Amino acid sequence: MKINFLLRSVLGLMLVFWLANCTNSAPNQPTATSESSAPAGGGQSAVQDDVSQKDVVKVAISSPDHTTLVTAVKAADLVNVLSNAGPFTVFAPTNAAFDKLPAGTVEGLLKTDKKETLADILQYHVAVAVYKTEMLQDGQVIPMANDGKVTIGVKDGKFTVNGANILASVPASNGIVHVIDAVLLPK
Amino acid sequence: MKYKHLLLFIAAAIALPVILVTPSCKPQNPVSAVEGDAAQKVYVAPGKYDEFYNIVSGGFNGQVAVYGIPSGRLFRIIPVFSLNPESGWGFSEETKPMLNTSHGPVPWDDSHHIALSTTNGEHDGRWAFVNGNNTPRIARISLSTFRTEEIIEIPNSSGNHSSPFLTENSEYAVAGTRFSYPMDDADSNPDVGIGTYKQNFKGTVSFIGIQPETGRMNVAFQVMLPGVNFDLSRGGRGPSKDWFFFSCYNTEQANTLLEVNASQKDKDFIMALNWKKCEEYVKAGKGKKSKVRYAHNVYDEKTHSATSTIEHETIVLDPKELKDIVYFMPCPKSPHGCDVDPTGEYICGSGKLAAIIPVFSFAKIQKAIADKSFEGEFDGIPVLKYDAVLHGEVKKPGLGPLHTEFDGKGFAYTSFFVSSEIVKWNIEKLEVVDRVPTYYSIGHLSIPGGPTRKPHGKYVIAYNKITKDRYLPTGPELTQSAQLYDISGDKMKLLLDFPTTGEPHYAEAIPASLVQPNSVKIFKIEDNHHPYVAKGEKEAKVFREGNKVHVNMTSIRSHFMPDNIEGVRLGDEVYFHVTNLEQDWDVPHGFAIKGANNAEILIMPGETCTLKWVPDRVGVIAFYCTDFCSALHQEMQGYIRVSPRGSSVPLTFSTGNKAEPTGATK
Repeated sequence: MKINFLLRSVLGLMLVFWLANCTNSAPNQPTATSESSAPAGGGQSAVQDDVSQKDVVKVAISSPDHTTLVTAVKAADLVNVLSNAGPFTVFAPTNAAFDKLPAGTVEGLLKTDKKETLADILQYHVAVAVYKTEMLQDGQVIPMANDGKVTIGVKDGKFTVNGANILASVPASNGIVHVIDAVLLPK
Repeated sequence: MKYKHLLLFIAAAIALPVILVTPSCKPQNPVSAVEGDAAQKVYVAPGKYDEFYNIVSGGFNGQVAVYGIPSGRLFRIIPVFSLNPESGWGFSEETKPMLNTSHGPVPWDDSHHIALSTTNGEHDGRWAFVNGNNTPRIARISLSTFRTEEIIEIPNSSGNHSSPFLTENSEYAVAGTRFSYPMDDADSNPDVGIGTYKQNFKGTVSFIGIQPETGRMNVAFQVMLPGVNFDLSRGGRGPSKDWFFFSCYNTEQANTLLEVNASQKDKDFIMALNWKKCEEYVKAGKGKKSKVRYAHNVYDEKTHSATSTIEHETIVLDPKELKDIVYFMPCPKSPHGCDVDPTGEYICGSGKLAAIIPVFSFAKIQKAIADKSFEGEFDGIPVLKYDAVLHGEVKKPGLGPLHTEFDGKGFAYTSFFVSSEIVKWNIEKLEVVDRVPTYYSIGHLSIPGGPTRKPHGKYVIAYNKITKDRYLPTGPELTQSAQLYDISGDKMKLLLDFPTTGEPHYAEAIPASLVQPNSVKIFKIEDNHHPYVAKGEKEAKVFREGNKVHVNMTSIRSHFMPDNIEGVRLGDEVYFHVTNLEQDWDVPHGFAIKGANNAEILIMPGETCTLKWVPDRVGVIAFYCTDFCSALHQEMQGYIRVSPRGSSVPLTFSTGNKAEPTGATK
C-alpha cells in the first residue's frame, strides 16, 4: 500500500521534472513553490521516539494477541489516525475474538473494496475521550468515532461493552486500550 | 563590479518568479541559472530536516532564537533575559529567580553574542552561552532542553559587550566592560565627577569558569584594566589557546560625544591576555579579593525550579603588578571585531573607521614579547610595536569592516557595514578574492563552525540591519533580516532572505547531527522532585497554609485533577502547582485563569510549574488549558469558587462526578 503510494509519488515527480526540463539537460528538483512536491515522510506513526510512553497503536502492535486487529487497522489506513494526539479509548478485540467471527469474515473485510466497511467497524471500537473503568457505570452509553453508540455493563466489578468482556485495560500516551473478547459490530 | 552585481540581481529577481511558476521550455540564460536554483537549495521537503541549527541572539528582545539552515525557518524563541508570558518565563514561581540580579529582578536585557561550547576547539553540541549587555550577565542554555539553565551576573562590570566568548575547551567564558566607570579598589562606584574619566575610570575583563561536567559557572577571576571601551573578543586556539584577544576603542578615554572624541587616534588597541598565566597567579594567591554583590541563578531540572544566590566576593588581578599577563597591540581606528582564524595563528582586527584590515601573527606577538619590542606603555600596560606583531594588511577591502568568520580553507569573510557587503579574502596572501552585496548594512555574519578550529563551511549567513526593499512594510519599523549565501564554490551566491525576531547580533550555526540526537523529549515523571508534584491523579490535592492555598493539580489529555475547587476566600493567595502527567513528546499543557496579573504557564510532559493567583473578587472563576493538546482540548477546563472573607465554605476539590447512566452522550 505504502509502496504503491511512494511509487506513484516518484513517478509523479519524474513527470514534473520532465515537464520543467524539456530542453534542460541538468535535472531540476521540485522547488518550494512547486505544487507537485508530494509530502514526504510517513506521518505521525513514523516518528522515531523510543522515549515516550506508547500510544494506542504501539500498545496494540506490541501485543501478540492483537495481530489481527493491527492488520485490520493498517488495512483501513487508521494507523496515523490512532497515533494522533487523541485522546482515545480503544476497545481492542483479541485474535481469538476475531476467530469467533464466521469463517472468511476477516479475509473478506481485508479486501480493498471493503475498506470503508472495515473502517466503520474499527471506528466503532474507538471513542474520542479517555474512559477509564473507574468512570464507567452500568448502562452507560458511549458515543463512538463511527457515529454509533456502545453500552457499558458493570456487574460484580466486571465490565462489558455491548456484552463483550473487558479482559484488561492498558493506559497509553494518547488514551487507553481496553482488551475485549468479542468484535463489536455496528448496529 | 558591484554595480554589475546589482544589475544581475535585479534581472534575476524579475526572472525568478517566472521560472518558478511556469515550466519553461526555453534554455535558461546564465543569470537565471545562477539565481533560479536558489529556492531549491534552501527547500527542505516535508519529513526532512535542516542540516544546521542556527542559534541567533535576539538583540534587544533579550532572548535567543533557533532557526534551521538552509531553510531559514524559525523553530523556537528561547526565553533568556526577558520575561516571556507565553511560557511563564520569569512569571512562574519556579522561574522568577532566574531574572534576579543585585539590582533586584530585572525583566529585560540586550542579548548580543552566542558562543557554542567547544571541546578541543570544535563544537561539542552541549551548551549555548549568551551575554546580557545592559545589566552584565552571562546565560547558559542547554542544547538538549533548549532552556536557560543558568544566569550569572558579572560584578565590576558595565556594558558586557565583549562576551560570552569561550576558551578552546570551554574552560572559561569571558566578559568585559564596554563602559568603563569609576572603580576604586575594585569594589565600588564612588561619587566622582564624570569628567574625571582619565583619573578614576577603570575597565575589567572577567573569566567565568565553566564546570566541565555540568556547565555550572562561577566568577573565577577578573583583571583590572585602564578605562577604555572593551568591544569584542575571541579566545585563541592551537598555539594561541592560552590567550584571549579583546578589541579596545576609546583609548582617547573620552567621556562625552564619543562619536567624535573616541575617533581621534589613528590607532587604538587589541589587547592580548594570557589567561593561563592569570590562572597560575590566582592559584598562587596573587589576586586581591574584591567585595562585590552579584546574583547567581541556577535552574534545577530535577525540581523544575530555579534558585538565586547573592555572592559577595571576586578575585581581581592587577596587570600593573603582574607584568606578563596583558599586552596592547596598536590596531587602526576603533577596532570592533577581533577574530582568530582556525589555526590560531592569525588575529584579524576590524577598525570600524579603517580602510585596511590588519592581521596580527601570534608567532610574531610571542617573539615581540620575548624581545620586549615595546613602543611604550598605556597606563602601565606594555604596548607592542605594530610592525613587530603584524602579519600584514588587507588593503582597501571595503568600508566599515566589522566582523570576520572563517571557512577552514584559508579564507576569511568580513562584513562591511558601510558598504553593505561580505568580502572574502585569503588570510595568508591578504588578497580579496570575492565580494557580494548584502541588503543592507550587515552587522554580524556566521559560517557554521566559523569561530572554531574546524569550520563546517558551506554557508555564510549575514545579519542585516536595514530591509527597506526586502519585505512588506510594517509601519515605521521593519523586520530585521538574515541572508543566506552559498560559499561552497569560489563565488558566494545569495540563496535566501529570511526575517529574524529581535535584532540579531552574533549567531552560530552547528550541524544538526551534533544536537538533534540529544534533544530531550519528555521529563520523566519519576525523576520529578518538585516539592508540590502530584505524580498521579490520586496524588492531586488542595490544602491550606494560613492564607495560602496550594493546589497540587495534574493535567493529562483532556482534564485537570481537580477541576472543581471550592473553599477559597478573598484574601487568599492561590498557588496552582500543575504537573503535566503526559509522558509523550510534544504534548505540553497550558494553564491560565481569569484576572491573573502575571501570565500563563506552559508545562512540559513530566514537569511541574506554579502560577500564583490572588483572587480580587467573589465568584466562580474559570481556568483552562491554553496549549491545544488534543481533540478535547476545548473541554479541558475547570472552576474555582471564591467566597467572601470569613466564609465557612469548606475547602473541597473534585474531578468527574460520575455521569448519569443515561446521559453519557456529548
